[in-house]
Amino acid sequence: MGEELKLLGVWGSPFSRRVEIALKIKGVEYEYSEEDLFHNKSALLLEYNPVHKKIPVLVHNGKPIAESLVILEYIDETWKDSPLLPQDPYERAIARFWAKFLDEKCVPAVWKSCMSVGPEREKAQEEALEFLSTLEGELKGKKFFGGETVGFVDIVANFVGHWTGVLQEMAGVDILTEDKFPVLCKWAEEFQNCPVIKENLPPRDKLLAFFKAQRETITNFYKNKV
Amino acid sequence: MADGGEVKLLGFWGSPYALRVIWALKLKQVPYDYLEEDLPNNKSSLLLQYNPVHKKVPVLVHHGKPIAESLVILEYIDETWKQSPLLPQDPSERARARFWAKFADEKCMPAMKAVFCSEGEEQQKAVLEARETLKTLESGLEGKLFFGGETINFADVATGYIGFWARIVEEITGTSLIDAESMPSLDAWSKRFLELPIIKECMPPWDKLIELNSGFLKMYLASLK
Repeated sequence: MGEELKLLGVWGSPFSRRVEIALKIKGVEYEYSEEDLFHNKSALLLEYNPVHKKIPVLVHNGKPIAESLVILEYIDETWKDSPLLPQDPYERAIARFWAKFLDEKCVPAVWKSCMSVGPEREKAQEEALEFLSTLEGELKGKKFFGGETVGFVDIVANFVGHWTGVLQEMAGVDILTEDKFPVLCKWAEEFQNCPVIKENLPPRDKLLAFFKAQRETITNFYKNKV
Repeated sequence: MADGGEVKLLGFWGSPYALRVIWALKLKQVPYDYLEEDLPNNKSSLLLQYNPVHKKVPVLVHHGKPIAESLVILEYIDETWKQSPLLPQDPSERARARFWAKFADEKCMPAMKAVFCSEGEEQQKAVLEARETLKTLESGLEGKLFFGGETINFADVATGYIGFWARIVEEITGTSLIDAESMPSLDAWSKRFLELPIIKECMPPWDKLIELNSGFLKMYLASLK
């Protein structure tokens, strides 16, 4: 069809993996380009995302789209098979609400719980526990946030489903544990075992090694960005 | 074919987020019942019931089902009432509108709040950062009359509050954020948007907004001591 689809991403980023999961669910072919975020952002990245200079960026027929949640909506609207968002406007609103909650509350709190020090870390840990508890309440006995199959919110929750476990191990903190969050932990297991997800997650041991080695670089890089 | 049924909006007169929901409802001529919340200290049990996660306004309640988070509400309104569409048809244009809505909320507003809540050298630094974010927002206009081109769209409704909130901060703190010389396009857009009849008639009185936010600032500074 002559469509050009390119994704600028980073192998260890939950945000860029979200986009890959979405494209894989839809069975859409794309060209992937790995960015060296910390040391050497490509000219293409700076051209395609001059505002944030961040990944992921999806480039479709030469037009760039940035911000993973915006990209997910774009993907869902452009390729109609295997919808990510539900059909009903109210259900869609609920999904968007939880996606926002994940990105604005859960991700920063968990991140700071593992990467910060001192009082900021302690405060973040309290918040992380509160937010994860709220998230667990939303699952309420469903297999996935999307119901029987992985949906929009599950994809956005990939940070909780995979990265949280790695970060907390690296940091030596206990946040997402089975005794505290049995429902969420069960979901994380289902999530990680889902074939389309499994193929699109960075290997745990590689991710752990990466975060351990790069902790300082990453903390400095993400200061004020999360 | 207007979808009837109950529409309620829990809001606060001074909230820019509630205001943009009102703008959307008015633009689409959707009738609704408005419930004023007594913020910040006397939230209604209805609000706590309808938005237990954040306990904030605005909350739209349609057929008894609540939706919170104003950008989520705007999307819901656009999908439910199809007249006077807010989001464009084309997916990449929709993505562009959503991008700028997010940018205003996540970058411009916090940067302006930082100006509001600081003093002296710290404030000067905050002003520079806020102006950077506003300059970037201006780039989203691409020299056009509105984010939507000749007419307003989702991004204008979502980001329009930045125009008057910047002036509130300017007036209260004596700083300059949206400067006609260095940001001519943004300056013109903000004035143009706020002059649109439907937008203008929903605006709370200016002196009351100044009084309210001055009060908030006093409370905030007192809490630091």
